[in-house]
Amino acid sequence: MIPALGLLIGLAAGIFLHPTVPLALQPYLPIAVIAALDAVFGGVRAVLDGIFNDKVFVVSFLSNVVVAAFIVFLGDQLGVGSQLSTGVVVVLGIRIFSNVASIRRHVFRA
Amino acid sequence: MSNPANSPPSSSARKRLMLMMRPRATKANALAALLALLLGFAVATQIRQNQSQGLESLRQSDLLNILDDTTLKSSRLDQNVRELQTTRDQLVSGTTSGAAAVTAAQERLDVLGILAGTARAHGPGIRMTITDPGGKVTYPVLLDAIQELRDAGAEAIQVNNVRIVASSHFGPRASGIEVDGRSINQPYTIAAIGDPATMSSAMEIPGGLAENVRQLGATIIIAQEKELTVGALHPLTEPRYARPVPPSAATTP
Repeated sequence: MIPALGLLIGLAAGIFLHPTVPLALQPYLPIAVIAALDAVFGGVRAVLDGIFNDKVFVVSFLSNVVVAAFIVFLGDQLGVGSQLSTGVVVVLGIRIFSNVASIRRHVFRA
Repeated sequence: MSNPANSPPSSSARKRLMLMMRPRATKANALAALLALLLGFAVATQIRQNQSQGLESLRQSDLLNILDDTTLKSSRLDQNVRELQTTRDQLVSGTTSGAAAVTAAQERLDVLGILAGTARAHGPGIRMTITDPGGKVTYPVLLDAIQELRDAGAEAIQVNNVRIVASSHFGPRASGIEVDGRSINQPYTIAAIGDPATMSSAMEIPGGLAENVRQLGATIIIAQEKELTVGALHPLTEPRYARPVPPSAATTP
């Protein structure tokens, strides 16, 4: 409940405060957002599976974000940043889809 | 969990979800809320950023592609500009040369019109009036007068109301003189445009027209005028036999 409220408040703040992304963070923010979304969907799935743990959620969220940003950073340093970003997005997208499928089975029993 | 036909796990899952919905004041929950807040903030920021994205956030290869595209487009537009400029130059020079041709043609038309007697002419000149009560002034005298005037540089001549042109001819007629098939009566008035002083002195020289006319018993009045109008027109007739020779053809001796 509180995290959901936090998400809404964060969205509203982002919309109304017009923040600008620092130049150094610009390549990493989209990937970090995708990774965080993956963590959130994983958390919801864990809740439905009955194995949710607050600590695990926080750690997985942070590690997802950091690892995704690090992979993109590494890719940029190696000169394959765009390809690696695509790879990360694909992998995270697949994970999000499988998590959502699991959530769907729980909620709709289908 | 992977058994969709099993209803108890699903209802218990929903129960768990409801359970999670209740606010719990644990440290980890607060942290999760903070992370969720950050996520929402990041999502909104990234969406805004993406919508207002300029070139600065693009990668090198994308920038190169854009640069190539722009260069190609620019060179194409440059070529367009050159073509259009050429067309414009052609059109401009076409209109100016056309206008020059029209002006030249108009000037030529004026000159030829005065020569052929199809245009009215005005300018300085002399007006001679010959009164011949005895009827002694015959057409050769008038022909001489015309010849003398031409010799003195007359550019347009009119006798009474007949314009004198290259094909004009003089002849006798019962009641006077015939010019170009038209009868003219006394007093004979000759208007000539040219240098007034030259023409009048040519008329007055000893043994010239004036003396001849006076010897015949007629009177002649010569008046120099600053502004004179030769208003009679010569009807233009199409030549029946003569045809212009093309400029490129060889001239027959």
